[in-house]
Amino acid sequence: MRALVTAFGFGLLFGAGLLVSGMTDPSRVKAFLDVSGAWNPALALVMGGAVVVALPAFAYGKRLPRALLADEISLPTRTQIDARLLGGAAIFGVGWGLGGICPGPGLVMAGAGALGAGVFVLTSALGARLADWLFTAG
Amino acid sequence: MSVIFVPEQLGLSLLGGVLIGAAAGGLLLVNGRVAGISGILSAATARGTKAWHWAFLAGLLAAGSGAALSGRALPAGLGAGHVMLLAVAGLLAGVGTRLSGGCTSGHGVCGLARLSPRSLVAVLTFMLAAGVTVFLERHGL
Repeated sequence: MRALVTAFGFGLLFGAGLLVSGMTDPSRVKAFLDVSGAWNPALALVMGGAVVVALPAFAYGKRLPRALLADEISLPTRTQIDARLLGGAAIFGVGWGLGGICPGPGLVMAGAGALGAGVFVLTSALGARLADWLFTAG
Repeated sequence: MSVIFVPEQLGLSLLGGVLIGAAAGGLLLVNGRVAGISGILSAATARGTKAWHWAFLAGLLAAGSGAALSGRALPAGLGAGHVMLLAVAGLLAGVGTRLSGGCTSGHGVCGLARLSPRSLVAVLTFMLAAGVTVFLERHGL
């Protein structure tokens, strides 16, 4: 139960960060991505700031035998750089550029009542199942 | 090209990033989980979903609800007029993140924070693809 409360709390904090940062505003996202036009680089500081803060937590977490409220720390194990990674990242990039939101901001703005963001979240979930169906053997 | 610097935006983006990094670090050290949002969304809507997936997603939704209730205006581009575009964008985001195993949070924040070369390649690839998409939308075609 405590782990559910903290998961909710970290989701809330993550969402607050997205709202403050500007990542939930498609026009800001597109101004960041449009390097050839009137480029607004501010959003580079979002990922930069987040990585600098998360870096020591991940360095420490890698060495811990367990988390505070869980028996293990689950980290991704895949390391291969292949066509699936490159193709998938490129497809995701097209979606992010078209809509101006990625999944996190989509969820936050769906919670704020933006109809289009809610649709984005639903079709994202659908897209994940579609990818499983199309590309996963068995 | 030209560059727009809005000092206030720079500060808020950095602050937002710090909050995001704290949330990702906290979820790792307290819950033992990586804050990859596309992965959590995918897992939440698949067989074998766990309660913490929904708790984390509920936190994200609640952040937006709280902002709306406190009177923050919705940004342009997310309303009923953009539903078709966002449906397509969401589908591409869903397929792409499932194949590549992460989005802006999973590869971008958590992957870079754990110094994963795989995530660095993913980030550079989706940034480039997103940049080209916006370029074509605004200046080409």
